[in-house]
Amino acid sequence: MRYLPLTEADRRDMLAVIGAPSVDALFRDVPETARAADIDLPPHQGELEVERALSAMAAKNVAAGSVPFFLGGGAYRHHVPASVDHLIQRGEFLTSYTPYQPEVTQGTLQYLFEFQTQVALLTGMEVANASLYDGATATAEAVAMANRVTGRRRSVLSGGLHPHYREVVDTLARFVGFRADAQPLDPDGGEDLAALIDGGTSCVVVQYPDFLGRVRDLRPLAEACHAKGALLLVVVTEIVSLGALTPPGEMGADIVAAEGQSIGNGLNFGGPYVGLFATRDRFVRQMPGRLVGQTTDAEGRRGWVLTLSTREQHIRREKATSNICTNSGLCTLAFTIHLSLLGEDGLTQLAAINHAKAVQLAGRLAAIPGVTVLNDSFFNEFTVRLPKPAAAIVDRLAERPIIAGVPVSRFLAGHDDLLVVAATETVTDADMDALVTALEESLR
Amino acid sequence: MSAIKFTEDHEWIRVEGDVGTVGITDFAQNQLGDVVFVELPAVGRRVTKGGDAAVVESVKAASEVYAPVTGEVIEINQAIVDEPAKVNAEPMAGAWFFKVRLANPSELDGMMDEAGYAAFVDGQH
Amino acid sequence: MSDWSKAVSRFQAAGPGSETTSGNRGLQIEEPLIFEQGADGRTGVDLPAPPAAADRLGGLGRKGAIGLPGLSEPQVVRHYTRLSQKNFAIDSGLYPLGSCTMKHNPRLNERMARLPGFGDLHPLQPESTIQGALELMDQLATWLKTLTGMPAVALSPAAGAHGELCGIMTIRAALEARGDMRQRILVPESAHGTNPATAAACGYAVESIPANARGRVDLAALKAKLDGGVAAIMLTNPNTCGLFESEIVEIAEAVHKAGAFFYCDGANFNAIVGRVRPADLGIDCMHINLHKTFSTPHGGGGPGSGPVVLAEALAPHAPLPWVVHGPDGFRLVEHADGASGTSGTIGRLKGFHGQMGMFVRALAYMMSHGGDGLRQVANDAVLNANYLMAGLKDVLTASFEGPCMHEALFDDRFLKDTGVTTLDFAKAMIDEGYHPMTMYFPLVVHGALLMEPTETESKDSLDQFIGVIRALAERTRQPGAAEWFHEAPRYTPRRRLDETAAARKPMLRWRPPVATAEAAE
Repeated sequence: MRYLPLTEADRRDMLAVIGAPSVDALFRDVPETARAADIDLPPHQGELEVERALSAMAAKNVAAGSVPFFLGGGAYRHHVPASVDHLIQRGEFLTSYTPYQPEVTQGTLQYLFEFQTQVALLTGMEVANASLYDGATATAEAVAMANRVTGRRRSVLSGGLHPHYREVVDTLARFVGFRADAQPLDPDGGEDLAALIDGGTSCVVVQYPDFLGRVRDLRPLAEACHAKGALLLVVVTEIVSLGALTPPGEMGADIVAAEGQSIGNGLNFGGPYVGLFATRDRFVRQMPGRLVGQTTDAEGRRGWVLTLSTREQHIRREKATSNICTNSGLCTLAFTIHLSLLGEDGLTQLAAINHAKAVQLAGRLAAIPGVTVLNDSFFNEFTVRLPKPAAAIVDRLAERPIIAGVPVSRFLAGHDDLLVVAATETVTDADMDALVTALEESLR
Repeated sequence: MSAIKFTEDHEWIRVEGDVGTVGITDFAQNQLGDVVFVELPAVGRRVTKGGDAAVVESVKAASEVYAPVTGEVIEINQAIVDEPAKVNAEPMAGAWFFKVRLANPSELDGMMDEAGYAAFVDGQH
Repeated sequence: MSDWSKAVSRFQAAGPGSETTSGNRGLQIEEPLIFEQGADGRTGVDLPAPPAAADRLGGLGRKGAIGLPGLSEPQVVRHYTRLSQKNFAIDSGLYPLGSCTMKHNPRLNERMARLPGFGDLHPLQPESTIQGALELMDQLATWLKTLTGMPAVALSPAAGAHGELCGIMTIRAALEARGDMRQRILVPESAHGTNPATAAACGYAVESIPANARGRVDLAALKAKLDGGVAAIMLTNPNTCGLFESEIVEIAEAVHKAGAFFYCDGANFNAIVGRVRPADLGIDCMHINLHKTFSTPHGGGGPGSGPVVLAEALAPHAPLPWVVHGPDGFRLVEHADGASGTSGTIGRLKGFHGQMGMFVRALAYMMSHGGDGLRQVANDAVLNANYLMAGLKDVLTASFEGPCMHEALFDDRFLKDTGVTTLDFAKAMIDEGYHPMTMYFPLVVHGALLMEPTETESKDSLDQFIGVIRALAERTRQPGAAEWFHEAPRYTPRRRLDETAAARKPMLRWRPPVATAEAAE
């Protein structure tokens, strides 16, 4: 067995030292009735055999990069530079634990400090944590935090919030015991969230760009929130957008919860991803998740440690701000390396390319008879209204194969004709040609 | 005339008239280690004997400070919020936490005096 | 012109006592923050010019700069390589963190997770294009159900604590479904902090149950607390003292008799995998940390993955989504849409379907070991821990009698009157080239030292470790020991760090140096 170093001779010698007749004797505290005989599973296999079996399974999937691909909806296909994957696979990063011993984990601590800084800069906020599981759980944690900060228990969720995010908040609301008033999806853009805020509102949750790709100025909503003592919670599912858009922090956001997958991380069929979480300095003690802070060592040299841990479960137990124990360490590393490679110029240019591609594609789709583009504004994703049910068209195009986008009906009943389409830097002119042609044919 | 009383949770209260000044004991600050954060109740809040009133934190521990008596908080010590190290330096004097107007002075009756608390702490070792 | 002396001291890397000009020490190289290395106009990517297109950002285009530094690829590669060299890792040494299970991470698993058919797959693709991914989830579920003997598994929880949340929510949903509102959850004193935090997050009052002198749950004390108000017990088994709860069947019976559920924290499943099926112990619900038992890499603190196996009574309340076999292959059930089997669900716990990247790695690990190998994993993990116990129990103080499971627990009685603390001892281990064990946890013994060697350490490696720990224990009793230990570590990139200062004046991000300071120079 290639992963197990002990030989039979080792085992015998070790048992002799322990003074036990057999390994079974070491399990003597297990009740007789629970000692399983052989469990019916296949025997061990070599690398080649495992690789063959799993590769066969992988081959039954259509990899995004192998086809014209226009799918977003909270996960985005971007090019990740080769050095990112190389660096995150260094064993010192990959096989290290949470940095509880700062003297021998300065590498992890320093990159997390850099990551926190990058997230704060990108979102326009003052402080960010070392990440949460994903954007949806970060959003639910943010609502819980807003409840703690305001002492109120009713949140208002925009209909433009990603349906998965809304559902995750709903689950938490049901079991923690607070209200989350979700508004219906509003394709026509008439949603008036300010009118729903009252003295009992802890926060308003709004996505930017929203689930249909629309971009809204959040300043009036921030003012309306603050006038009633509520917090504005801004959710970002496509973090590359902040390379082109005014950041939520500049529009009065109190908490930003975001999905960081787009930078550094592959699609991975939905996970692991990386939840970004940023807020104002004055709320820092109410934040969930790990935080890294700067300090000095016994010789006066700059270094980093996990800090403000008294918020967390291992100290506060049932009074912790959250039960969260892990962050998304390695995904965080991928994010921070990719963003370091991009830098100011790279990120803004990447964002500009994404936007321009989407604008091109929107123009081309709008020219197809019967197709209308819903958005007046968007970043790299927008919504089209089709003359036929979108789900059937997506399935038909998948056979060609083209992955055309996500039908809104996959999430919400009653919007059968809406298709959300994304175009990132990975989309080529030929991909757009293929989509336009296929869509024309299937609508004919 | 003032009297100082102690709780088993290591708070002290010094009463003058109907106002009690509350802090944590030298033993408590020693157990906590370097204090890094203090959270005090809002002035005007009504606290209940034995209920949560304040929070004091070191790097590795967080502890509730319980109200030794029932009453209304009438003043808080901002100095220890600004400089938590004071709690370690002068727990029994300058680093008081809050002042409370006693609702029921008889609540003090069962509490330990200085000698009683010293014996109680000895018994904890 | 360059001011070379200034370049050396630019980041004040060299401390006052530094023996080198640069502060570097051979292979240990000082590395400034990326924000201190950037230059305008430099980047680590080459991107084409954007195609000509109108601006449709709705007038919300970014006005100011973000403030990100510009670095080239070689600078970035060097930066992160140098940072990596400041980390301890299982690849480079024994990492005996109790309960954390730092075992070898096979690289085949990394390769498999990166196959384009898994790694480059979007979670919202049409079902016809993701059949292999759903098959993989189904297979993983089969392995987990078979190994635990449980009828159902929820794959979506993102980590162990998230799995706990999932489990306690399903328990509450099951109780609510039978109109039985209960208010309390019992948690042993030795429990991991996530247990009480989870119970509280789900609206339950937490009640602590004491341990007996043998380090197990005090059954009598438990029974005394069990009544119609108790929703569940959350018990770790093997427990955080590294001991199997020998009365677990009686515990389960008592819990069930009171109408409560038995949640097991499966953090230590690696000790019994392939040998004991939790279903046979009377457990109703257990999360499994794929990053512990099934060796998906810890990655510096995540990502994890925490599938939850569920008994028949809890299965109807599993979170969405799940995979089913349909007439045309596999299908994802994503909504509680009135279709059969969805009405009791607790709902969604995270975006999309779970930590797929971790599923691939865990399945590759399981297939590599097979049923026989997984049983051997438990055997060797327990053998290694007992060997460590045997080699150390006369110099350290073992907290409990008898064979341990996968980890050996000691307390700090052996340090009595030496002036050396558990923390000091741990820091001295660092200088000897070892990552410290888990310290000061569990809380039920004083100054705990919890050592978990795992099955992937060789006998030679353990012999060396035992030799070093014995020598250190000996040293604690020599004159001047307190000062010597308190000075440790000496040979690390940083010595002990001032955590008090970090917490009193939190500095949680880099900020540009104040312009006036530059002007004054």
